[in-house]
Amino acid sequence: MKEVVNLPVKNIEEEEYHINMGPQHPSTHGVLRLVVSLQGEIVKSLKPHCGYIHRGIEKMCEKDTYPQIIHLTDRMDYLSAHINNHAVCMLVEKALEVEVPERVKYIRTIIDELNRIASHQLWWCSFGMDMGGLTCFFYGLRDREKILDIFEESFGSRLLHSYYTPGGLMMDIHPNFQKSVKDFIVYFRKKIKDYDDLLTGNIIMQERTKGVGILSKEDAVSYGVTGPSGRGSGFSCDVRKNHPYGVYDKVEFNEILMHEGDTFARYMVRMHEMHESMKIIEQLIDNIPAGDYSVKMKAVLKLPAGEYFQRVEAARGELGVYVLSDGNKTPFRMKFRSPNFSNLSALDHISRGGKIADLVAIGGSLDYVIPDIDR
Amino acid sequence: MNNEQLKERILGLVPDAEFQENKQFLTFLIPPARLHALAQKLRDEEDLAFDFLFCLTGVDLIKQLMVIYHMESTRHKHQLVLKVQTEDRLNPAFDTVCDLWKTAEFHEREVYDLLGIRFNNHPDLRRIFLDEDWKGHPLRKDYTDEVNIVEL
Repeated sequence: MKEVVNLPVKNIEEEEYHINMGPQHPSTHGVLRLVVSLQGEIVKSLKPHCGYIHRGIEKMCEKDTYPQIIHLTDRMDYLSAHINNHAVCMLVEKALEVEVPERVKYIRTIIDELNRIASHQLWWCSFGMDMGGLTCFFYGLRDREKILDIFEESFGSRLLHSYYTPGGLMMDIHPNFQKSVKDFIVYFRKKIKDYDDLLTGNIIMQERTKGVGILSKEDAVSYGVTGPSGRGSGFSCDVRKNHPYGVYDKVEFNEILMHEGDTFARYMVRMHEMHESMKIIEQLIDNIPAGDYSVKMKAVLKLPAGEYFQRVEAARGELGVYVLSDGNKTPFRMKFRSPNFSNLSALDHISRGGKIADLVAIGGSLDYVIPDIDR
Repeated sequence: MNNEQLKERILGLVPDAEFQENKQFLTFLIPPARLHALAQKLRDEEDLAFDFLFCLTGVDLIKQLMVIYHMESTRHKHQLVLKVQTEDRLNPAFDTVCDLWKTAEFHEREVYDLLGIRFNNHPDLRRIFLDEDWKGHPLRKDYTDEVNIVEL
């Protein structure tokens, strides 16, 4: 007769163990690896490992001229490519003391906001997918397609545009641009109601996000969590309001602030922001002044020696560009303060003590884009 | 506070602060030994209240290595730029400020990774982007890599 061997059984509830989430995991939205330390299914701590898509953009910038650098900034946060371009263009214009025509400012502001809506649409659809609702993914991508079509019509590219150049725009907008944008707003006003019906009011989604991953206002400021994620904690950090650029000082819009600081608050901020962006576009689209789409710039742009800093509100938070110039055509040192990098640093703090399933929801609500973290 | 008032306030705290010309921000250089004490005061004193460190940059100035802190007060809306630099290129080190601004923890790891500047008392000073066994610090001006950097 066989002897029964009693193997020692480890109690998984008591012992701490580690799980690698990523680098290939759908909910990390890219190549990010999170080493999660768990007790049972409670997250004890979490260590992000970055760098899987580090391309050394800051080092590359030291060898590139300013018009070339614009093409690299597309590839950081590719979902707010226009806004990244805007930051570098404004920095160069400020350094060379070039005033761009009003027409350029209007067009840039409209396109920035279209870009923000497209980015929030993609965030919404992937957030819905993280929560287990695949329908959201189709709805979001369907509507984002409309914006990409407008972009394609006007300047030929859909994701990495490099449409802004120092001094203006690469080309003028398409004659259909105004009509296409107005049609889109009418279309999206109807469709965004579906978003609320499908996901915002969904009781499962609310149960999974309310009170989950709370980030206090003090911590949001201290961790430098900006953008919709910071505003979900009540941190008034909208660069468009605090340090206006483009024509943001001429339009009326609200800075959306929520004070709960949980995953649902961050969700709601983005949902409201899409409405605000449409409001901004509506105020500008019929009033684009006539004029040149670009000013004549020198063939080789050399910034005067000195330091320059430009802040813009990208779709995920504050993007800062720092340039130290020694008077040459390439920067001596260029630094990008990317919003996602700071937002990621808070992930460990806000996911502690929650369930590992909550981590997916929290990560979705921080909306990180990995190439922007790694640069 | 406007920049003039800020300047006087800072000279009261650090008499040997060296102000630099900058159109955008009030910029000054301080001796590294005073960094942590001044940063603490900048954050905690009621009339200064610099609670938002929005950028932390490391720069290789060929002779020196420099770290730049861009900060803003969310209450008073004023901004300033603080700089520290060292000529020690072999073992450059400054005090950490990540006990004051938590965002500095990641940013200081980035500066350590790419420029090799160490931060004293940092809780977890490891490379953040590159592999642990990577040789050298790529943003140093004297960094060479014949395989990955193509000179045109």
